[in-house]
Parts: sequence; C-alpha cells; structure tokens
Amino acid sequence: MPVYRAPVRDHVFVINELIQFEKYAEALGYEDGDADTIAAVFEEAGRLADEVFFPINQSGDEEGCKLDNHVVTVPTGFAEAYKTYCEGGWAGLTADPNYGGQGMPQVLGVMVEEMFTAANHSLFLYMHLTHSAAHAMHGWASQELKDTYLEKLVSGEWTGTMNLTEPHAGTDLGMIRTKAEPNGDGTYSIEGTKIFITAGEHEMAENIVHLVLAKLPGAPEGTKGISLFVVPKFLPTEAGEPGERNQVFCQSIEHKMGIKGSATCVLNYDGAKGWLIGSENNGLRAMFTMMNSARLAVGLEGSGKAEIAYQNGVAYATDRIQGRAATGPVNSNKPADPIIVHADVRRMLMTQRAFSEGARALAGEIALNLDITFKSQDAEAKQVADDFVQLMTPVAKAFFTDEGFNAANATVQIFGGHGYIGEHGVEQYVRDCRISQLYEGTNGIQSMDLAGRKLSINGGRAVKTYLATADALLALHGEDAEMADFVKPMLPALESLKQATQWIMDNRAANPQNTGAAAVDYCRLFGIVALGLQWVKMARVCIDTLAAGTDEADFYQNKLVVARYYMARSLAEHSGLLERIETGADPIMALAAEAF
Amino acid sequence: MKVLVAIKRVVDYNVRVQVKPDGSGVAIDGVKMSVNPFCEIAVEEAMRLKEAGKATEVVVVTIGVEKAQDQLRSALAMGADRAIHVTTDAQMQPLGVARVLQKLVDEEQPGLVLMGKQAIDDDCSQTGQMLAAILGWPQATFAGKLEIDGDKATVAREVDAGLETLNVDLPAVVTTDLRLNEPRYIKIPDIMKAKKKPLDKRPLDELGVDLGPQLTTTKVAPPAQRQPGKKVADVAELVSELKERGLV
Ligand SMILES: Cc1cc2nc3c(=O)[nH]c(=O)nc-3n(C[C@H](O)[C@H](O)[C@H](O)COP(=O)(O)OP(=O)(O)OC[C@H]3O[C@@H](n4cnc5c(N)ncnc54)[C@H](O)[C@@H]3O)c2cc1C
Repeated sequence: MPVYRAPVRDHVFVINELIQFEKYAEALGYEDGDADTIAAVFEEAGRLADEVFFPINQSGDEEGCKLDNHVVTVPTGFAEAYKTYCEGGWAGLTADPNYGGQGMPQVLGVMVEEMFTAANHSLFLYMHLTHSAAHAMHGWASQELKDTYLEKLVSGEWTGTMNLTEPHAGTDLGMIRTKAEPNGDGTYSIEGTKIFITAGEHEMAENIVHLVLAKLPGAPEGTKGISLFVVPKFLPTEAGEPGERNQVFCQSIEHKMGIKGSATCVLNYDGAKGWLIGSENNGLRAMFTMMNSARLAVGLEGSGKAEIAYQNGVAYATDRIQGRAATGPVNSNKPADPIIVHADVRRMLMTQRAFSEGARALAGEIALNLDITFKSQDAEAKQVADDFVQLMTPVAKAFFTDEGFNAANATVQIFGGHGYIGEHGVEQYVRDCRISQLYEGTNGIQSMDLAGRKLSINGGRAVKTYLATADALLALHGEDAEMADFVKPMLPALESLKQATQWIMDNRAANPQNTGAAAVDYCRLFGIVALGLQWVKMARVCIDTLAAGTDEADFYQNKLVVARYYMARSLAEHSGLLERIETGADPIMALAAEAF
Repeated sequence: MKVLVAIKRVVDYNVRVQVKPDGSGVAIDGVKMSVNPFCEIAVEEAMRLKEAGKATEVVVVTIGVEKAQDQLRSALAMGADRAIHVTTDAQMQPLGVARVLQKLVDEEQPGLVLMGKQAIDDDCSQTGQMLAAILGWPQATFAGKLEIDGDKATVAREVDAGLETLNVDLPAVVTTDLRLNEPRYIKIPDIMKAKKKPLDKRPLDELGVDLGPQLTTTKVAPPAQRQPGKKVADVAELVSELKERGLV
C-alpha cells in the first residue's frame, strides 16, 4: 500500500523559519500572514492532501476516465473530493477578495500546491487549470467578463481550461488554425480543433470555461496574430447561471502513459460562441501572464513527486529485508537486514530527500518574490523580485520535473522488481511525473528560454543580480567556521555557473546553435547551484536554531546532515556540466542530418 | 443550551512514539501534536447541535501547556464560539482534570458536557465518568448516536454486546465514540475567524482547585522484542525442546 503524509513541518520551516514571511507580511498588505495562520493553513492543507486527495490516487489511476457520447466520467471519488476542496475555500486561496477569493499570499498558494499534486496529480490538475484560467481572466479580461466568470472560477463552481495545442501546433503556436469570426454583436464564432486539453470535459462542475487561442480574419502571420477568447461550455444567462449549450464538444479522450484520472480531451469548436479577452492579436501575452504561475505549478508536480517517491522509498526500505549490512548484521533476530542498511539504497533515498527539501526551499523563495511582484509598493524591489521570478521559473519547471522523475524512478529501483508491479503503486509516480517534463512547454523549451531569452533580456540583468546575490551570500557566511562545510563546496559550483553563463553570452553570436546545445545542461547546472544556495541558507537557520536551543533538535540536526550530503554529492555534477556546455554545438551538430 | 466541550492535546495518531531511554515516559519533544481524535468528534457533535438549533453556544476548554492553544484555535475554526485555556505545565491526570472541569461547569452552567471517551495517549477513559460523578450528573459514555429533545438526551452507546440506548436528563456528561460522526474539514475563512474569537487564559494555580491524589509513574518500557523462532524437524524434537525449556 503506498503511503503519503504531507510534509507540513517542512513547509512551516520554509515559510516561517527560512523565509520568515511574517517580516514581509505587513508591508505587502497581508493581514493574515502571521506565522500561526500560515502553520494552521499548512496543517489543514496537509489534512486534505492526506485524507481526501491521496486515498483516491491509486484507484483513480486504475479506473481512469471514460467518454460516452461527449460526456466524460472521472474516477470514483474525484467529484466528492473536488467539492470538499471548493467548500474549504481552497480554489480561491490566493484569489482577489473582490471576487470571493481569500486573498492569501502566494507563499501559501504555491506551497500547498506541492501537497495536493503530490497526493493526487490527476485530481489536482482540475483545480490547477481553473486557477490558471481565473488568473488570466483577472489580468486581462474586461470588467464585464470578469463579473460574469471570476466569482464562479474562484469558488470552483465552474472549472477552467487552457486551449493552446492543435494537432500540428504544439511548441510552435504561431501555426495554430482555429478561427474566430466576429458575429457583429461583440461576440465571436470559434471554429477549429484543439487537442490534449486537460480537464476539457467532465461533470464535476456545472460549467467549464475554456480559454482558447484563435486567429481573427486577416490576422498577422505567426505568434503576433493570435487572440485569446473565453468560450463557456454553457452560455451564461442574464442571471449568470449556465444556460444554452455552446457548440464545443469533446470528441475523444486520450489513452495515455500516466495521469489517467485527468481527462485529456480533443475539443471540437463548431461555431462556438466566444468573447475576446484583452485586445486583438494580443492573446499570447495574456496567456503568458498565467504561464509563469502555471509553470511553477508544474515544477511543483516534480518536487511533490520526489517527496511522495521518497516517503514510499523509506517505507519499503525499512520494511523489506534482504542481505546483510556490509558492516555486519543489524537485525540478528531476523534472517536478513532491512535494505535501508545498504549504501546504494541510502544513496537513492538521500538524493531524493536532498532534492525534495532543497526544491521546497527554492519554491518558497520564488513564491515570496511573486508576492513582492504582486504587492510591493517599492518599484525597485518589485523589479528585482520580478527578475528573480522570470529567471527561476524555467529552472523550477524543468529542473524540478527532471529530478522529480529521477526520484520517482529511484523509488521503483528501491522496490526492486516489486516496484515494477502495479499494486505497489510506485510505478504510477514514474508514469505520472513523465508528463510534467512535457506539457506547459517541454523541458527543452524551458531550458532554451533560460539560456536564450532570460540571459539576454535587459542585458542579462536578472542573471547578473542573481550571481551577485549568490556571491554576497557566500561572502557573508564565509567568515563563519561553522558554515565552512556549506560555503566551501559552493564556491567552485557557483564559479561553474558564472563561467557557463559567460560562455553562453560570449558564444551565442558565433554559432546560433550554441545556446540550444548548451541549454539543457545549463538549466540543470542552474538548478543544482540554486538548490545549493538554498541549502546554505537552511544550514544557517539550523545552526542558529540549535545554538539558541530547541525541543526539535533532531529536525535541525538531520537537516544539517542532508545539507552535507547535498554539498558532497548532489553538487558535484557542476564541473561535468560546465565541461559539456563549453564544448558547444559542434560535436552535437557534426553528423549530417542524412546520416541519422 | 450551552455546550461545554473538553478537548486534549495529544501526540498525533500518526506518530510512532519512542520510550525515553531512562524509562520516565515517552519522548514527545518536537513530535507532532493534535486534538485527540475522540475530542474532535465531541467538537463536531457540538457544532451539529448548534447548527440544528439545539445548542446556543459552544465553549471549548483544554487544560495544558501554552501550545495547547493551537488545538483550541483548531476547535474555534471548526466553529466553537469561544475557548477557555487553563494553563499549566503539570502532567494532568483524570481526577485532576475532572475537578478543574467541575469548577468550570460551576462557572459556565452548561446544559451538556461533551468529551472524548478517552485520550489516545494514556487511554485512561476515566475523566468523563469522574466528572459526572463529582457533579452528581447523569452520564452516557461511548456515544455512537446522540439526540437532544428538550431537557432529555437519547444516547446510543457502543458496548461489547452491540448498541445500548439510554435516556438521560440534562444536564449530563456525554463521552463520544468513533462512529458518532466524521469531523468536518476546516474552511480557510474559518481559520481567520478563529483568530478573532475569545480565548480566555486561566492559570491553573489561580483556579484554586485541589487536584486530589496523584498517581506516580514508576517506569515506562516498550513491549519486549519478539525472540526469533526455531524450526524443529519432528514432534519428538518439539517435545524435547519444550521439556528443555521447562514448558511441559
Ligand atoms: C497529457 C497532456 C496534457 C496536456 N494539456 C494541455 C492543455 O491543457 N492545454 C494545451 O493547450 N496543451 C496541452 N498539452 C499539450 C502540451 O503542452 C504539448 O504537447 C507540448 O507543449 C509540446 O507540444 P507538441 O506535443 O506538439 O511537441 P512538439 O512541439 O512537436 O515538440 C517535439 C519535440 O521537439 C522539440 N522542439 C520543438 N520546437 C523546438 C524548438 N524551437 N527548439 C528546440 N526544440 C524544439 C520539443 O522540445 C520536443 O522535444 C497537453 C499534452 C499532454 C500530453
């Protein structure tokens, strides 16, 4: 039986002790940002994740979704769980109180997502897409559209979708063909086919609000000619209730590798009525507003998966007995020792834990910077925060999901052959996590965004600030003998990141393929160093807390042990990655295309 | 009718506790603490009585360390109207708790006292019974179903033989069993509301309650580890093994 307990204590550590959000709360206008409230919300989110989301994770995977005559049935228990989630006010946790939201900080909104998606990736997608749709409408839709849709999305009574992909247009959205013809009354008639639409059809909510990218007649070629429309499944009546059925129907659902509880739909728009969001031909910008938060959310699918994989790895490794510890039996009254005694099994567990806790800390810092971006009155602080978010979002999306996948895979390894067998429930994490590396922009595209656009925008201001802040952090703690174990290994790793950054900046002009060739390694290097810096900060908090005295000495001491593991092993990759980056595109591109 | 609900802060039911090496108790430093599950059921039942119009006010009370305030806040977030926190660092025992509650009952004059049938840390299952006895009130323990009708309560009790139904006059003490209800999930806005609800701190030594005779714990030990078994070839060997050990 798979296990999961939301790591509430560690969430509290990140937000209340590491980031100390309480210090920012007032200036950012969050009345309820005190440490006690944050702890209470994490506690309750954890309970929901453990007791409502997780118990239907494995069954949802086995049962999957079904389509019958345009109607999708979701797995048993999903509808009830969705209702419990909405009733608790979670759908609008960070949403604008003017539309019924709770107005809570992103440090809560972002962090609880890790728990929900870890406990049930498929189920949480229905919530996550709704949140994204509300976010995009809040930023770009007219007041009238906001008044019609936002309250319903914020309460979760209606769910949302994002419709970008078409059969021939995935990464390259400039090629989409879905058309929007003006009806002359301010509405549009939408015609076309969208594929892979998550939560595109189901009956858990009374209405579904599709946000659809389409082209107006005579629109410019490529991405400059894309507009965004809201197309509801049922047209809202005067009273704002679901009315007449709109001409958008689910034609089929995909049979896929994982996230089987999530309905991935082909949607046919056959003259469906829609309304323009934002201005004409400006659709991608509106879409990108919500993409940042959606990408971070996908990143958390990776770190959340690492957490659940780790927990199941530990449970099995302490129970399964095979072989004897290399240092002699530890379990002499049993025929063998639990496999957690073996160094190779420990290696996998430690790698998972060092990543998962490090990623949680980085997610916390990104969330804090989102709060500053949204709420700070200080223009400079806002810009620095926004730069940080822009820079770290592709890192979180790609690095977290790659490592989350590796962690899920490691748990299958820890289980041995039993990990490959469905009933143990851990192969599901591998299958589920695989999608996170693909959707919301593939990890290759994320890495190129980082190595390309994010390094060049504003003359590389964001990365320069990031590297300078990192230097300052290491200099600050470099004097302290107790911190030497953490600062020393970080110095060469940070140096590798600087050198790689410089290499990309210096070599992108010489060969246009250099950026793409370096991108994935660079993004990984960035992630490894970024988590290292988080471990430095966490080590500081642990050392200080232990010195001040605490009744949770084990918690802090263990964290220091994990920090040392990270420094000794996880970080070590940096030099190899740098070496690879500096070889450039030539070895990759040398073989003629015809020779493949 | 006012309902008084007594709750206890205990080690969370998911925690596997360890006995302290010196045998003086179990280690609870840094361990996750929660509302005793049976007490949570009592709070839920009180809320249902209030929502059904049978109760007018729900007051939660706990006796314990400063941090036990978290558990009171949690009960307030479930919907209780106000809380009383009798603060003490002392290890409380059933009789002492019953006497403190008696004092609060005198002050508050509730029509019903609801509490868990037992706490999952010490499993005493005594406090409710003791409280009823010293108040001279009727008691209905292990409630699996509770109905209030005017000044009477009908309680279906979960007993070994099945269900036993009692009618008791109010005021009474009712202790709650696992199947009475399923406690609700707390809504986020209620967490905020709970922060603003009154929480009255009452230092134990200012209440002037004689806690009565105290039990002393002499030693806490984990259950003995199971010894490995041994395979015997046949009945003859089994018999001789048993004889050797003086078992037959
Ligand atoms: C289960 C599931 C759910 C989904 N949910 C949604 C949804 O809700 N809404 C929605 O709109 N879409 C959704 N998608 C679509 C998803 O976002 C796309 O599949 C993804 O963006 C990639 O597009 P593609 O599949 O067409 O791959 P392609 O774009 O064909 O890419 C194929 C490969 O080429 C690489 N590549 C492409 N272009 C470049 C380039 N310029 N430089 C370097 N490499 C490149 C890619 O990285 C990838 O490795 C979903 C997909 C799945 C499978």
